[in-house]
Amino acid sequence: MAVMTYREALNQALREEMRRDPRVFVIGEEVGLYDGAYKVTQGLLKEFGAKRVVDTPICESGFTGVGIGAAMLGLRPVVEMMTFNFSLMAMDQIVNTAAKLHYMSGGQFSVPLVIRGPGGPAAQLAAQHSQSMETYYYHVPGLKVVRPTTPMDAKGLLKSAIRDDNPVIFIESETLYHLKGEVPDDPDFLIPLGRAIVRRAGTDVTVVAYMGMMYRALEAAEELAKEGISVELVDPRTLRPMDTETIIGSARKTHRVVVVEAGAGFAGMGSEIAAFVTEQAFDDLDAPVERVTGANAPMPYARNLEKLKTPTTEKILAAVRRVCNANGS
Amino acid sequence: MAKTMAPQKATGPALDPGLVRKLLTDMLLIRRFEEKAAEAYALGKIGGFLHLYIGQEAVAVGATSVLRPDDYAISAYREHGHCLAKGSDPKRMMAELFGRRDGLSHGKGGSMHLFDKSVNFLGGHAIVGAHLPVAAGVAFAIKYEARDQVIVCYFGDGAVPQGEFHESLNLAALWKLPVIYLCENNRYAMGTSTDRALAQTQIWKFGQTYGIPSEKVDGMDVFAVRDVVGRAVERARRDTTPSLIEADTYRFRGHSMRDPAGAVYRTKEEVEHEKERDPIALLRQRALAGGALTEADVRAIEKDVSDRIDEAVAFADASPEPPAEGLFTDIYKEG
Repeated sequence: MAVMTYREALNQALREEMRRDPRVFVIGEEVGLYDGAYKVTQGLLKEFGAKRVVDTPICESGFTGVGIGAAMLGLRPVVEMMTFNFSLMAMDQIVNTAAKLHYMSGGQFSVPLVIRGPGGPAAQLAAQHSQSMETYYYHVPGLKVVRPTTPMDAKGLLKSAIRDDNPVIFIESETLYHLKGEVPDDPDFLIPLGRAIVRRAGTDVTVVAYMGMMYRALEAAEELAKEGISVELVDPRTLRPMDTETIIGSARKTHRVVVVEAGAGFAGMGSEIAAFVTEQAFDDLDAPVERVTGANAPMPYARNLEKLKTPTTEKILAAVRRVCNANGS
Repeated sequence: MAKTMAPQKATGPALDPGLVRKLLTDMLLIRRFEEKAAEAYALGKIGGFLHLYIGQEAVAVGATSVLRPDDYAISAYREHGHCLAKGSDPKRMMAELFGRRDGLSHGKGGSMHLFDKSVNFLGGHAIVGAHLPVAAGVAFAIKYEARDQVIVCYFGDGAVPQGEFHESLNLAALWKLPVIYLCENNRYAMGTSTDRALAQTQIWKFGQTYGIPSEKVDGMDVFAVRDVVGRAVERARRDTTPSLIEADTYRFRGHSMRDPAGAVYRTKEEVEHEKERDPIALLRQRALAGGALTEADVRAIEKDVSDRIDEAVAFADASPEPPAEGLFTDIYKEG
């Protein structure tokens, strides 16, 4: 184990996979000469050269399509979105082409492609740079959608995504790049896609969260422990396909579920989790599933409004107390 | 036009009978395939959208005739002709149009999404302009692996105002990719004529903007298409230079089967006038005038093609519907 930042873990994953497989290449805006807008691809140009670290002009649809075409011929492109918000320019390529080629061709062609970059709320980036873009993609059959919360997950999941034969949407976070954690050195360390992890075991309530929201949920769990409420924290890690078994298993154990998500709540991840928990474990529930979500508004710029938009630790505490009837009301 | 062309060629170099036979066979195969597909559509055996290529056959056949079998082709939704010309099996194509188990994609693609990996035909893409960057990506992979194949990317005039046309030409030129962008200008994007859609209706000139070889060709003359695409293929193979070619062509049918007359946005007189440029009639005439084929040869080719298409329809009719479990297969590639 080594201690490194989330950013370094991603960089190491890319480096190891590029060393392992000459078909892997990185393509996107500022990935080479500039060393990456967020320095995730730092040093890759120096080690692998311009053939495999390909700087593009600003044309998300164009270079995503290039990734898809290259993947159809068996290469394994890693397309970087400078931020995932820009992927909307490439949404047709991702949704209509990458996700559907295998199906429409009756299995003749596949698209072993990773599209990665940061997404979700950060710090005063305002409405166009703060969206939880996973919401747009986990609806689409044929895509896999990953949101890695820790440096270890960032490395293990990115390596699995690169080795996967399907298009994988891999959304990191500006707010986590500097975060440090333990990461295995083994170049074959992988975390399989589609498996959730229980980050903290508990008995009274299940809180489902990922990325920045997981860290707030952890804070809340520690606070609640002082009140005698034992919180189990489940991180889905892959949102599509989702490990519903682990979430259902936890719900059956604790009988209460709170879902935390940064994006706006309407038709969000919380809605889906609330639906399948209700469908599959209704008799085990002692309280309705609660959602703590971003407000149904675009992300404002002003610091105070941004805080109002975002799920905070206080809001998580309140929701958990409600489902546990521990708020004294 | 037909009248002026025949005497020109009568004084030109003699036509190679083997080549003429191949070109005429391939063009007729597309025409008969689609005529039968239109009949099957009227009978309800084919559903959804069906876009016929009738009138444009010289482009697909001329272009494919200068490719190697291991070269690639990719197209939009009016792609039956490109897929057939590339060598796909009409039986499996017709079965795909019928939505049957033995179709190229086991009935999951349909008319707009034909794919045939066995002949390097990469689809069948029905969002206008979207396959142009994909073609650049295929060319990128060819160059990345230092192979000497090329890709021909067919698209219509309707894709030209899309951003992806310009993004693709820019990337292909910037990175010197072995892709031939072959625009089939049939003058109408659905019902919108090029002069209502494009500030620059001379589509080939966009190639000049991006600094790549570009030319316009008579898309009704299969030999002219061969010449122009042949040069582009040679450039692409030799030094990975992309090209933009504008083929001046015309679709004799409507945009799709839901636009049967195709006459709201163009006059019947225009359509009848354009039919005088019928690429198959022109080729037949030249072949006969130049002595490359006899009337008996042509009749034999027509008979052979009709038989193959009848077989294709019978095959499609006999193929069962896809099994229910097919709904959930091939969403992801496993393992």
